[in-house]
Amino acid sequence: MAEVLVFVDHVDGAVRKPTLELLTLARRIGDPVAVVLGGGAGVAAGVLAEHGAVRVLAADAPEFAEFLVVPKVDALQAAVEVVSPVAVLLPSSAENKEIAARLAVRIGSGIITDATDLEAGEEGVVATQSAFAASFTTKSRVSRGAAVVTVKPNSAPVEAAPAAGVVEELVVVFSALARGTKVLSRTPRESTGRPELTEAAIVVSGGRGVNGAENFRVIEALADSLGAAVGASRAAVDAGWYPHTNQVGQTGKSVSPQLYIASGISGAIQHRAGMQTSKTIVAINKDAEAPIFDLVDYGVVGDLFNVVPQLTDEVTARKN
Amino acid sequence: MSLRIVVCVKYVPDATGDRHFADDLTLDREDVDGLLSELDEYAVEQALQIADEADDAEVTVLTVGPEDAKDALRKALSMGADKAVHVEDDDLHGTDAVGTSLVLARAVEKTGYDLVISGMASTDGAMGVVPALLAERLGVAQVTLLSEVAVEGGVVTGRRDGDTASERVEASLPAVVSVTDQSGEARYPSFKGIMAAKKKPVVSLDLGDLGLDAGEVGLGGAWTVVDSAVQRPARTAGTIVKDEGEGGKRLAEFLAGQKFI
Ligand SMILES: Cc1cc2nc3c(=O)[nH]c(=O)nc-3n(C[C@H](O)[C@H](O)[C@H](O)COP(=O)(O)OP(=O)(O)OC[C@H]3O[C@@H](n4cnc5c(N)ncnc54)[C@H](O)[C@@H]3O)c2cc1C
Ligand SMILES: Cc1cc2nc3c(=O)[nH]c(=O)nc-3n(C[C@H](O)[C@H](O)[C@H](O)COP(=O)(O)OP(=O)(O)OC[C@H]3O[C@@H](n4cnc5c(N)ncnc54)[C@H](O)[C@@H]3O)c2cc1C
Repeated sequence: MAEVLVFVDHVDGAVRKPTLELLTLARRIGDPVAVVLGGGAGVAAGVLAEHGAVRVLAADAPEFAEFLVVPKVDALQAAVEVVSPVAVLLPSSAENKEIAARLAVRIGSGIITDATDLEAGEEGVVATQSAFAASFTTKSRVSRGAAVVTVKPNSAPVEAAPAAGVVEELVVVFSALARGTKVLSRTPRESTGRPELTEAAIVVSGGRGVNGAENFRVIEALADSLGAAVGASRAAVDAGWYPHTNQVGQTGKSVSPQLYIASGISGAIQHRAGMQTSKTIVAINKDAEAPIFDLVDYGVVGDLFNVVPQLTDEVTARKN
Repeated sequence: MSLRIVVCVKYVPDATGDRHFADDLTLDREDVDGLLSELDEYAVEQALQIADEADDAEVTVLTVGPEDAKDALRKALSMGADKAVHVEDDDLHGTDAVGTSLVLARAVEKTGYDLVISGMASTDGAMGVVPALLAERLGVAQVTLLSEVAVEGGVVTGRRDGDTASERVEASLPAVVSVTDQSGEARYPSFKGIMAAKKKPVVSLDLGDLGLDAGEVGLGGAWTVVDSAVQRPARTAGTIVKDEGEGGKRLAEFLAGQKFI
């Protein structure tokens, strides 16, 4: 069967959920071959094998952490030469899209970003994408080379499918530009203990209506009662009430959880671009005319400072 | 020595308008007003600030797009850029990201550059890949997705806020930089700027001028194919209740019914 390269997102061998989702999609197209760069390949291999990786290509070198993007492109290109895959799949993230882009030019392939589904078609891999703030759904494919596709988190279920997962060393010869952009320092994000925004099954977001950094505690309390991630609108972020890393929307994170709860958010097109593909949408807003209500499965017209704490109490009570 | 900065700016359909696809499954540009992609205003702003800091610098704005795309160039010129390059050719219709980067690379080379600055993503295709593609094509470093940027002594440094960490990065010129909407508010064109822009040069180039063949770009030359585009069905109207003291409880009932709690 044809082989499909899957680029692994991991932290010291701990494989992140979107990669496991990608393995589910990769199996529809061929035999997944995982590519793990940096330390921890041994740890990652076990999980990757459980989820369908027939082979695990591993390379470790300081270049992957010390320089931006290009060393990883060099490694993926080496993997393409070893495997001759029908497709190269990467979890969508800002950096992975850049890696995919450079790889595509090098191997003479078309590129599709932010796919939400993949299937094997007669003329190759067919990708589903959302366009124009998710108001359109498109089906696309590449007409040249192996399909290079980045896939959004939450696009497929994680399924066990044990395979051999044999670890092989990937030999990478770095290109002239590999050391072009140096990472001078790196400050890791502090963990909040809450789920990762793009991966979470439930996202609770607050907007300008939250009216202050302190008041975001109301949003956080609801999130914690539901085991959810916290999101924010750009208005809330620009006001300095919540970190930019939590911004949902066109220039923030794109999320498609099972449940999205928007409080004090009007629903501007740029915000919708990042959350419109959520399965179930709930909004709390005191303005009955707010455009967010056009999207909702359930909406409450009311003051969030009354509705949200009551909901939090109710959730906590029902869970106990 | 003079610092040559080229800013890539895209002419896009207004996101607040009714955007859709044409019969050939490319962007329908007829029915929606176009404008300079708002995210590229941040790129123009940073270019102007870098130019101000340099002893001697020239800022050229570059677009690949149809005739109307001149509007985007005029806006950038009225913000303060020195000159503009417009790559315009009927054969460009339907060009994909890989093709766009080819055209941009040729135009940037022809213009001459030390630094290319672009936005983080367009507001229509929104792929966020063109800067990386361009760096690959030009064979120079990419210093992308910066929320802070500075150029000094032939070196560009910046802050890149990623998913898991915030990084300080640096590269020697020539390089391709992209900036995010966190990089600093873009200035509004002044009346003086608007008047001055009318006199600034706009150079038009076609594929022949760039040594490119029609077959390398456009719908025919694209390495990706869109087979279908369908409008998402409008969401069925949801339940909307007015809070009369029990709004939170009723919402909890809905969530329980959906098995979220
Ligand atoms: C290029 C570009 C990119 C952008 N990217 C993003 C992005 O990624 N994400 C994003 O979110 N935005 C983005 N924006 C901004 C976007 O256009 C809106 O300005 C923003 O989403 C508004 O945020 P908001 O809904 O919180 O605020 P507002 O639009 O001010 O809405 C606040 C809402 O809160 C309600 N409210 C007030 N008080 C209460 C209360 N006590 N209880 C209940 N409801 C209350 C009000 O009725 C109102 O509907 C972008 C804009 C541009 C131009
Ligand atoms: C809804 C939609 C979906 C698409 N999907 C795909 C796809 O999956 N694969 C594919 O190959 N193509 C796709 N395209 C086409 C692609 O968007 C265009 O080819 C585009 O020129 C490059 O991508 P972008 O605009 O998304 O650029 P981005 O990478 O998002 O733009 C980043 C920056 O590059 C610069 N830039 C981009 N285009 C230009 C330009 N024409 N002139 C000057 N500067 C520019 C700007 O500074 C911009 O801020 C799609 C287009 C649309 C409208």
